[in-house]
Amino acid sequence: MADTGQSNRPLSPHLQVYRYQMNSAMSIFHRFTGVGMALTGILLVWWFLAAATSPEYFAFVDGILTSWVGLLVMLISLLGFWYHFLNGVRHLRWDAVKGLGVGESLRSGWYVLVLSVVLSALTVYLVY
Amino acid sequence: MSFKTDYKGVAGLGSAKDGTGHWVSQRLTAVALIPLAALFIYPFSIALGSGYGAVQAIYSDPFNALVAIGFFIVAFRHLRLGLQVVIEDYVHSSRALTISLITNALVWRGFAVAGAFAVAKIALGA
Repeated sequence: MADTGQSNRPLSPHLQVYRYQMNSAMSIFHRFTGVGMALTGILLVWWFLAAATSPEYFAFVDGILTSWVGLLVMLISLLGFWYHFLNGVRHLRWDAVKGLGVGESLRSGWYVLVLSVVLSALTVYLVY
Repeated sequence: MSFKTDYKGVAGLGSAKDGTGHWVSQRLTAVALIPLAALFIYPFSIALGSGYGAVQAIYSDPFNALVAIGFFIVAFRHLRLGLQVVIEDYVHSSRALTISLITNALVWRGFAVAGAFAVAKIALGA
């Protein structure tokens, strides 16, 4: 068996010399938004449990989520939600071996970035 | 000199033989979440900050309630599967890996049940 001991040779992928590109950055951001929405999920369940508990407790939790900080967290979550939603559809298309060309994969990346902002703005607009 | 072959050291440490199920479930939940998440986000955004009575009214509607319950069950499954991969990628110590994987496997199932229960309680007006 080959020698698998410590060596000074760099490990692949050589992240520190890897040229930054849209698809890798968006893939990292997809994971980042997914992990971030774990916190949003906890807040949502807390809010629903409060609504199922009593008007007083609901007012307390709803007050936190609609406070200055709470609404900022919700707005960032909304952007992360639509990004993860759209980029997820992009990944599902890739899984179906569609849209994998260099040009079309970069184009769908721009669609995701622009549409996630548009859908977030539309959601906020429809609510207020 | 030892006559043990390298095979001895790796026997039983190979594939867990359940990766395909994880992969398929991650994608099936993703597909299911396309309608569920899109239908969940609007009534929830309306309900947030609209007061106790309005929230009871919105989630007394069977359609909104069923969408919310379905969303919680599927989304937390999707989240659990996704976070499992993140943990497997970044947690290297065997002890911490085991603890975080078990925690991950339990906590999100708990949140799915709690979320579904809360919506059901509101919907049934208790």
